[in-house]
Amino acid sequence: MNTNRSLRDMAPGQTATIRALLSTGSIRRRLLDIGLVENTEVECVGRSPCGDPSAFLIRGAVIAIRSEDCSSILICS
Amino acid sequence: MGLTNSSTGIRAVDSGLEIRRQTPEDRVVALAGNPNVGKSTVFNGLTGLNQHTGNWPGKTVASAQGFCATRRHSYVMVDIPGTYSLMAHSAEEEVARNFICFGEPDAVVVVCDATCLERNLNLVLQTMEISSRVLVCVNLLDEAKRKGIQIDLGALSARLGVPVVGAVARKKQSLGHLMSELDRLIDGKIETHPLQVRYLRPIEDAIGIMEPLLRERFGERINPRWLSLRLLDAEPSLMEELKIRLGKDPLGDSEISAAVLRARDALAVQGITDANIKDKIVSCLVLTAEDLCLDTVACERNGYNTFDRRIDRILTSRWAGYPIMLLLLALVFWLTITGANIPSQLLADLLFRFQDNLTGLFLRIGAPDWLHGMLVLGAYRVLAWVVSVMLPPMAIFFPLFTLLEDSGYLPRIAYNLDKPFKKCSACGKQALTMCMGFGCNAAGIVGCRIIDSPRERLIAMITNNFVPCNGRFPMLIAMISIFFAGAAGGAFASLLSALMLTGFILLGIFATFAVSKLLSVTVLKGVPSSFTLELPPYRRPQIGRVIVRSIFDRTLFVLGRAAAVAAPAGLLLWLLANMTVGGQSLLAHCAGFLDPFARLLGLDGVILTAFLLGLPANEIVLPIIIMSYLSQGSILELESLNELYALLSANGWTWVTAVSVMLFSLMHWPCSTTLITIRRETGSLKWAAVSFLIPTLTGFLLCFLFANTARLLF
Repeated sequence: MNTNRSLRDMAPGQTATIRALLSTGSIRRRLLDIGLVENTEVECVGRSPCGDPSAFLIRGAVIAIRSEDCSSILICS
Repeated sequence: MGLTNSSTGIRAVDSGLEIRRQTPEDRVVALAGNPNVGKSTVFNGLTGLNQHTGNWPGKTVASAQGFCATRRHSYVMVDIPGTYSLMAHSAEEEVARNFICFGEPDAVVVVCDATCLERNLNLVLQTMEISSRVLVCVNLLDEAKRKGIQIDLGALSARLGVPVVGAVARKKQSLGHLMSELDRLIDGKIETHPLQVRYLRPIEDAIGIMEPLLRERFGERINPRWLSLRLLDAEPSLMEELKIRLGKDPLGDSEISAAVLRARDALAVQGITDANIKDKIVSCLVLTAEDLCLDTVACERNGYNTFDRRIDRILTSRWAGYPIMLLLLALVFWLTITGANIPSQLLADLLFRFQDNLTGLFLRIGAPDWLHGMLVLGAYRVLAWVVSVMLPPMAIFFPLFTLLEDSGYLPRIAYNLDKPFKKCSACGKQALTMCMGFGCNAAGIVGCRIIDSPRERLIAMITNNFVPCNGRFPMLIAMISIFFAGAAGGAFASLLSALMLTGFILLGIFATFAVSKLLSVTVLKGVPSSFTLELPPYRRPQIGRVIVRSIFDRTLFVLGRAAAVAAPAGLLLWLLANMTVGGQSLLAHCAGFLDPFARLLGLDGVILTAFLLGLPANEIVLPIIIMSYLSQGSILELESLNELYALLSANGWTWVTAVSVMLFSLMHWPCSTTLITIRRETGSLKWAAVSFLIPTLTGFLLCFLFANTARLLF
């Protein structure tokens, strides 16, 4: 299992568990606020027509996150 | 697209903590909640006011206040901006936190979305740390039921230690229970024992070091446990606010600062530092919420149901996403244009026939010519034009747009367009502010508060004017139908008009992107910031409500504003056209002066004068043009819209002029209300000036290029 997999590597339809949050600053707080803490289950539910951002199902809500931000959210699947 | 009295900048100033009570006995109740949980709907249901609602996060950016009464108490309800947290990462969160914390509300109602209660409980838990008089309102129970989510409200209330009521805010009667519980809470008939979030051991120990001291110093004013936590994570904005509210800096007290230092040292030993303490705090909140939900929420299916998934798969798909957006835009325009055609004609007939009656009346009572000229030919006629040209398109466009807004489609537009915006170093939420701009640019500017990054917010404000507001729509529509669609005739006419209008809007959108890009590589240099965008569940719009609300709140409001400006403008215009200096009217002097420059842009002096006089409201530009031509000696009596073509071409208009006028209407200075709003929102005259200059220069350039190329080619 690749240990550096991030939210960015998820394809629509896949589910994963959050392993670590590397983001910093305001986006980190925002992500924590919406419940994206360690061990949270997320599902990638879609991608914007241009391929970015992607939408994730996080604790019952659908949230779009840009790929740059996704790459600092590590997962284990 | 919140276009009401309170959102066009007229009263949109954040009233902050200033509460307007009707009587001293009024109880103050704060309505808090995550974005897009139906807070404004609850607020409207309770107060009978019409705070704008729509299915997307961030509509309520300023606090609103309203009154409501039960048999026991009268209340001032304060609708504070929706937030996910009270840790103040953004301006709205600061407003919310400051109000709950320092506004001394008698109670706080936290409105929650039953379909994703877990995340909402985070805010509930944070609110309960500040205040014990909290009432939880679990809204959208009907949607939750449809999704197979069941919530044990009694168990939730028992666990939280505060009253919990269920509601379906769209159905007003379901709010009765909320109010009766609120009465009981205020009367002290319900005892609350707010659940205290248990943090990690080291954090609890640190709190233990500080809490007794803080209780002694500030115990009556601020919850000492909460204050301990906040002093540990030391949010600068809160520290500032505390200084103001408490009248002194808590850290200036040597005993307190010593305790804080001791607590920090104790934490550091356990590996908790300034860098990660907030994470630990938030994690505990999230896990507590998760735990609460395990016991109280039964979920048969996943929250994001198959229906929403299926729609999203189409509306945001790689192939259909953009075409559908375009198609919807064109469809809305087509319906507007087709539908408005006949009513416009009928209204014009009716109003101009009435003008003859008025003239008859003036003749009968022997009124002097100048009085008749001023009031009937001046004020009334302009008013009649404004009403007949503007009312029908707006009465169709607004409800259609509100339907889209209520359904939840707008955040999908932002989602689809985020990548292009990112390419321009801007924020996808700018698409939402542009949508608001369709209604009113001033409202769009206020809406820019949903964009967190100040740089991206400025870009969104400066470029908002490239989206034509309802004041400019009728002008665009009129130009297209007079000069272009007329030639096609028949069923093609309206289709062609809709396509042309869509083309112009796309041009505006293109200009938005281009200018955004230009700004981010010049004066507003920067990289795109991070962002999250919530895609709410689709909701079935309440069609009846949409129609009533958009007619009353938006259409009539805009029309009222137009009329208020148009009638005096008509009067002024009549005076300008009839007061002569050196054998020429003032209007002719003015137009003559501007004429050479205007010709360069494919316009003429009269048109440019009209745009200048239209600064207070774009709605009156076309009427001014018509009035000016009519008053310039041509005796033509306009009695139907068809004769407009004759009038304009008699004054030298060709299709080139028409396109130039449309271009200029799309890109010129914002109206004065918008400028004032920009000035207020940015707090700087400089950015208001930039917002004036950029669209104006773009317009000059485009018109110049177009008119001269067209002259060379044709």
